[in-house]
Amino acid sequence: MRIIWVTLRTTFTLAIVCCLIYNLAVWAVAQAAAPDKANGSLIRNAEGQVIGSSLIGQSFTDPGYFHGRVSSIDYDANGSGTPNYAPSNPELLTRTEKSIAEWKTENPDVAISELPIDLITNSGSGLDPHISPAAAEAQIPRVSKATGIAKDKLEQLIQAHTQGRSLGLFGEPAVNVLELNLAVQAAK
Amino acid sequence: MTVISILAIAVTLLIMIALAKPVGLYLAAAFDYAPNRINRIFSPIERILYKISGVREESQSWKMYALSLIGSNAIMIFIVYLVLRFQGMLPLNPAGIANMEPTLAFNTAISFMANTDLQHYSGESGVSYLSQISVLVFAMFVSPATGLALVMAFIRGLTGKAAGNFFVDLIRALTRVLLPVAFVSALLFVFMGVPQTFEPAATATTIEGTQQEIARGPIASFLAIKELGNNGGGFLGVNSAHPFENPNGLSNLLQILLMLLVTTSLPFAYGKMAGSIKQGRVLFVSMLMMLIVMTSISLTAEHVGNPALNALGIQHDQGSMEGKEVRFGEAQSAFYSVITTAAETGAVNTMHDTLTPIGGMVPLVNMMLNTVFGGMGVGFVNVLMYAIIAVFLSGLMVGRTPEFLGRKIEGKEMKLIAVTLLVQPFLILVPTAIALATNPDTISNPGFHGLTQALYEFTSSAANNGSGFEGLGDATPFWNISTGIVMFLGRYVSMVTLLAVAGSLAAKKPIPQSSGTFRTDTAMFGAVFVGVVLIVGALTFFPAVVLGPIAEQLTL
Repeated sequence: MRIIWVTLRTTFTLAIVCCLIYNLAVWAVAQAAAPDKANGSLIRNAEGQVIGSSLIGQSFTDPGYFHGRVSSIDYDANGSGTPNYAPSNPELLTRTEKSIAEWKTENPDVAISELPIDLITNSGSGLDPHISPAAAEAQIPRVSKATGIAKDKLEQLIQAHTQGRSLGLFGEPAVNVLELNLAVQAAK
Repeated sequence: MTVISILAIAVTLLIMIALAKPVGLYLAAAFDYAPNRINRIFSPIERILYKISGVREESQSWKMYALSLIGSNAIMIFIVYLVLRFQGMLPLNPAGIANMEPTLAFNTAISFMANTDLQHYSGESGVSYLSQISVLVFAMFVSPATGLALVMAFIRGLTGKAAGNFFVDLIRALTRVLLPVAFVSALLFVFMGVPQTFEPAATATTIEGTQQEIARGPIASFLAIKELGNNGGGFLGVNSAHPFENPNGLSNLLQILLMLLVTTSLPFAYGKMAGSIKQGRVLFVSMLMMLIVMTSISLTAEHVGNPALNALGIQHDQGSMEGKEVRFGEAQSAFYSVITTAAETGAVNTMHDTLTPIGGMVPLVNMMLNTVFGGMGVGFVNVLMYAIIAVFLSGLMVGRTPEFLGRKIEGKEMKLIAVTLLVQPFLILVPTAIALATNPDTISNPGFHGLTQALYEFTSSAANNGSGFEGLGDATPFWNISTGIVMFLGRYVSMVTLLAVAGSLAAKKPIPQSSGTFRTDTAMFGAVFVGVVLIVGALTFFPAVVLGPIAEQLTL
């Protein structure tokens, strides 16, 4: 019986410490020290309107923008997910073949052998904000044709928006698609 | 895969090795009841907590220790259940999320208290902010603290000491380990870009003019204890694959180190408590070897990728990218999948369902063996159980009474261990067979992979890991109830039987070491230990693994 009483009192004490004090202490320090990051790294335009988050991918279909990865949830950031196709699932092959066919029509100047696999596979979150540098390079001819921006200039923009490995070691180099497209929009 | 990606993994393992011993020595001192410097620092604060909670600092019998552990956890499961059932009417629910349905709340309450964090709901739509930061975070602190208390009591038993007091150990685990480390790492996560806000979802108008709702919340504080406590439950649906829950390579590194921090240090804590660091080091090195082998297999499989996609003529230097994030790439994704199942955390930064068959087999095997470090506390208790089996088998081979740390291993202990050993395959294989026979429509992928999906779900539940092959349509009463029961039994049966083993050994008179004693601190013993783990694991699970991932690989 004593165990029940002690458990209830311990639960109450620990709820105060682990839930209330811990969460609020992290929240208070976070909001004071790094409010932008603590609120979701939102990007605003000149009028102060939120146009996205630098950490969350968006859907781009206009040929004048760089496109992100396949997203089965169409970058709906109120959720997250993938279709979880196993490597042996025939639907994976069907979807990939369809993506390749679309690539051919949209990018007639770039051979399939230069199409990097990250562009035609679904990301883990469905919200991947990045593509590989090779995937950005492969889109230069199309974006250049649609916007009239010189290829060299686009090359420079890609380099400027490529984030390297953390500490030069951890993770992979990645191009932030939304930030790159904002630069493309400004350069138009 | 580049040389840098492999170097990054090597550096991560080196940091882990460097941290293991000092953290282990700290843990040994932190849970020592004799006066020491750590006690002098923390005791004044803890006395206040004991006073409010009504905890008396007196040693408990082994039975009382086990009863306190199970009893308190059962009551807490019930409290978590109640809050989830009524979250819709409770405050701090800006998204207006409804009450959780009974079988799902049953599953979730057990899941979080059993250190599993299998999630049959999605964080963005299934739980309110209140549920996330109160009951779920509460369970994410208390369940690893329970595991840490268990391992300390178990080691005390093996070394002939009294059990200690469960509530004192529980509170010490929180004040001396989990809370301070979680607080510091939560702030580090914020500086890396993880949100910590109570604002509702943000609405953005994108460049192309569409509306985008962006879910966020107090993620950083949740994330820190999720990794440190080997919990693994994500704040957001896709867990650490979500850019908010793992924004870059640095946050990924910190998550991997947090998952490994306590569990890799326990062998050294054990060595210190047993009076010889070498006893612990041999187990540490054995497990490290297994971890390196698993990592190598997984990296190779993911780098080779999916032959079916590669055959389409695209550029596939990046390996298999389906279900992976660009910022992590194949190497950090594969490595994370190995670590999260070795340390029985269950957090994922890539979708395990989409891993190549062999890449998906590695996490599965890690959970089946449950001895490649293992989860917070319980993992190392399991490792010590295998060490006792190794001693017993060696004793049988040379015809001597086996001894472990100077105490005879006899019929009573081996019976309890045999029961513990048999429970795990029973909890995995029987429900998998039932699920495949009765619920085939919940399995999303055709062919051999479908079998792996069900097998993975129950293996993850029994090992209290919590990762999943998430294509499985598991938010149904069948899956909620079956995995709920498996998680509960997988967690608490072995806790009771192994505490009984510890109690029985503690009561024995130590016998002095002689030249005929089978030494447990040599490389020879390490090899026997690994052999026993692999033989027991292979005998039990090999047929299931052949029918699942291996068969799938052969069809690609």
